[in-house]
Amino acid sequence: MSEMLNTLEQTALSEYKYGWVTNIEADEAPPGLNEDIIRFISAKKNEPEWMLEWRLKAYRHWLKMEVPRWPNVKYPDVDFQAIKYYSAPKQKKEISSLDEVDPELRATFEKLGISLDEQKRLSGVAVDAVIDSVSVATTFKTQLAEMGIIFCSMSEAIKEHPELVKKWLGSVVPVTDNFYSALNSAVFSDGSFCYIPKGVRCPMELSTYFRINAAGTGQFERTLIVAEEGAYVSYLEGCTAPQRDENQLHAAVVEIVALDNAEVKYSTVQNWYPGDKEGKGGIYNFVTKRGICAGVNSKISWTQVETGSAVTWKYPSVILKGDNSVGEFYSVAVTNNHQQADTGTKMLHIGKNTRSRIVSKGISAGFSQNSYRGLVNVGKNATNARNFSQCDSLLLGDKCGAHTFPYIEVKNSTAQVEHEATTSKIGEDQIFYCNQRGLDTETAVALIINGFAKEVMNQLPMEFAIEAQKLLAISLEGSVG
Amino acid sequence: MSELKELIQNKYNNEAFDGNGSLQSLSQKGIQLFNDQGIPTVKHEEWKYTRIANVLNKDFSYAVNATAVTKADVDDVRLPGNESANELVFINGIYHAELSTVRSSADELVIVPLSEAAKGEYKAVVDANLGHSANYHPDGINAMNNAFAYQGLFVAVKKNKTVEHPLYCYYINDARSNSVLSQPRTLIHVGVNAEVFLVEEEITIGSSDSFTNRVSEIIVEENANVHIYKIQNEDSHSSCVKTTHVRQVGVSKVNSVTLTLNGGTIRNNLNFILEAPGCESHMYGLYCVKGETHVDNHTIVDNVMPNSFSNELYKGIIDENATGVFNGKIFVRQDAQKTNAYQSNKNVLLSDTANVNTKPQLEIFADDVKCSHGCTVGRLDEEALFYLRARGVGEKAAKALLLHAFAGEILDKIELEPIRKYADVIISERLGFEF
Repeated sequence: MSEMLNTLEQTALSEYKYGWVTNIEADEAPPGLNEDIIRFISAKKNEPEWMLEWRLKAYRHWLKMEVPRWPNVKYPDVDFQAIKYYSAPKQKKEISSLDEVDPELRATFEKLGISLDEQKRLSGVAVDAVIDSVSVATTFKTQLAEMGIIFCSMSEAIKEHPELVKKWLGSVVPVTDNFYSALNSAVFSDGSFCYIPKGVRCPMELSTYFRINAAGTGQFERTLIVAEEGAYVSYLEGCTAPQRDENQLHAAVVEIVALDNAEVKYSTVQNWYPGDKEGKGGIYNFVTKRGICAGVNSKISWTQVETGSAVTWKYPSVILKGDNSVGEFYSVAVTNNHQQADTGTKMLHIGKNTRSRIVSKGISAGFSQNSYRGLVNVGKNATNARNFSQCDSLLLGDKCGAHTFPYIEVKNSTAQVEHEATTSKIGEDQIFYCNQRGLDTETAVALIINGFAKEVMNQLPMEFAIEAQKLLAISLEGSVG
Repeated sequence: MSELKELIQNKYNNEAFDGNGSLQSLSQKGIQLFNDQGIPTVKHEEWKYTRIANVLNKDFSYAVNATAVTKADVDDVRLPGNESANELVFINGIYHAELSTVRSSADELVIVPLSEAAKGEYKAVVDANLGHSANYHPDGINAMNNAFAYQGLFVAVKKNKTVEHPLYCYYINDARSNSVLSQPRTLIHVGVNAEVFLVEEEITIGSSDSFTNRVSEIIVEENANVHIYKIQNEDSHSSCVKTTHVRQVGVSKVNSVTLTLNGGTIRNNLNFILEAPGCESHMYGLYCVKGETHVDNHTIVDNVMPNSFSNELYKGIIDENATGVFNGKIFVRQDAQKTNAYQSNKNVLLSDTANVNTKPQLEIFADDVKCSHGCTVGRLDEEALFYLRARGVGEKAAKALLLHAFAGEILDKIELEPIRKYADVIISERLGFEF
């Protein structure tokens, strides 16, 4: 037992690896939110008039909305007037090649293990790096452009491809959707835009890396992915933030559109700063992610590994509108110390023969609270809809909580919906079995946790799977007592 | 909704209950909360799928003359097995001693008005338990009943007694001349080592609308054994909200079976609070509904102390335009280590306009537990149907056979033979199943 306590202590002491700050001169808006700030952001980005109108419409609607209270998380109210809504690394001029990127900034991403240099060619991942809500660099742009794939920052897309942005932006998550998505629509400063033309299979993983750097800022990025008929893309997202005592807000929106026979795979490894052991500081991660399978036989798959953030509030969803479309959600959510997570998914079956699969694994340790909240809705016309959901929770320690709130609404008799959930701890017999075979307790726990999360980890692209596994190890290994 | 508020407030003012102690304070708190909260809308998480306001948006009368119901009326609605049962008759929510038959002796079974029990030997029990359900249902509906809890009935099963005659409770609404709102209230104390069977049924006489808002609180002492069976088989004019709140304060065992066969809008709140280590609770439910019936089962199992076991199985067969709602909550408190809690909800939809909304919910704060829940929604197994049809069973008969077996799992849990047979006959007939 004492051995277990030791390893528990070690784990508790393991620190957030990405907590440093980069000294980059930033171009910031004053704190506070009003129409002038929105005009300021829009002007800073040289946006066309329609974009400003769109933002203002969202802002005016946001004013009428209330902060959602239903998630199973507790945190002091966010003071929306104290946040700086725009912060960009200062750049002297437009940059045309990576060599011109601020060396300090490049060092930042090197430190994060994301090399913006061409050496990335070896691993074949195109990266769009976003720091404090502004896209600083996108790699492999020209190669992708040859295939007709557009992969660029959102502000660039607004300028270069207004017809595409106009058509799809807000089509999945309308500006009026919810409190934080309305806020995001009003103030988003950048994000990634990705467009895969008809019949193109994107040859490499596309990736966005988000980092909050400046203090007192909020990060509001907007991602839009459109896969035309028969297209395929796999998209990765990663995030980190410096260690600070204050709570910072991250309210992003991700929209995915998959047309006929298209497939989009979206993977996230979320590792925002979770706060210290006493629960001080950390990121509030209030994210709206939604995809629509608009065409027949289309498929959208969400995979997420959630280890960071003080408070997480996120439900990647799929609207299964096209006949025979498929939605998937694989999630591992780990909470430790005083972290709180309320996460899950929504699968809305509208088309015929639509299928969805939900696999959610929650691991709670320390004083944390981990909730799964999901909705499976089968509409009247969704003949032969099929859903399978599984959510398992693992409790490490007797001060943490694991909660499950699955909503199932069925309006069609041909639907087949199954849901199962279990909650348990790592059994003493399991540990004993491993000990007997020469594995020490720490290794045994790591083995069991990895096995517990494997079903989800297997869904991650190779590069991410390794990072995610390491993250799991840092967050948890050995924390059984 | 202002009409209902007026109706309740007027009755409260007119009666001006002047007691003291727990009844008085509960009544005051009730009317206050009711006025503050009003009737919950669908924005209230607990009432998300049940539009209770639509049910209450009618011109009800409250407190009609109870004597209009005669012995003959009661005879018409008695359940089988009544010849050896204690029969408690409530007319429009108020216990009616003359129409009731108590067969057990007074050293086994005590039946007195709550207002009397609150003064005498059972004062401590009433003070400690009456209104406990409000902690779990802090809404206008529960409050509305609390406001008039002083009109309720107290039942005590004395310690070391096995009540041989089951308690049949008939909650009769007389809706022959106008629409009726009734609010029966009971507090049942089951003493140490005692055993009792409770059978409860709501009945509406007449064709006007009726709404029953019943709250029953049951306290189960150490080594006691309680069986609770509820039968709901009214017409579509009759709606109800029934709250059964069971506190297991000693190591004890409770079995509950809820059968819903017909009605308007039916909401069942069933709470089990396991306050002693080592409690055992079984909750079973079957809703076999069609037409426009809306049935909503909300259950709570609150594991407060370690080593408890609870098992829950609710099954639904939903046809035509009916709706089935299930929300099962399992709470495991931090001290409730070694809890085993299981929950399962299975639904069969028979028509394209039938509706199921289910939400099995776990909230767990202790680590050494085994909890699971599962739920399914679907059709009858095609392969099982094929198997039967290949053996010369017609399609209709094959379906009936499978559905009857599906329902049988719950019916088998009823240990009172006459009641089980009675329910089986109704369900078989409904499903077109022939013996």
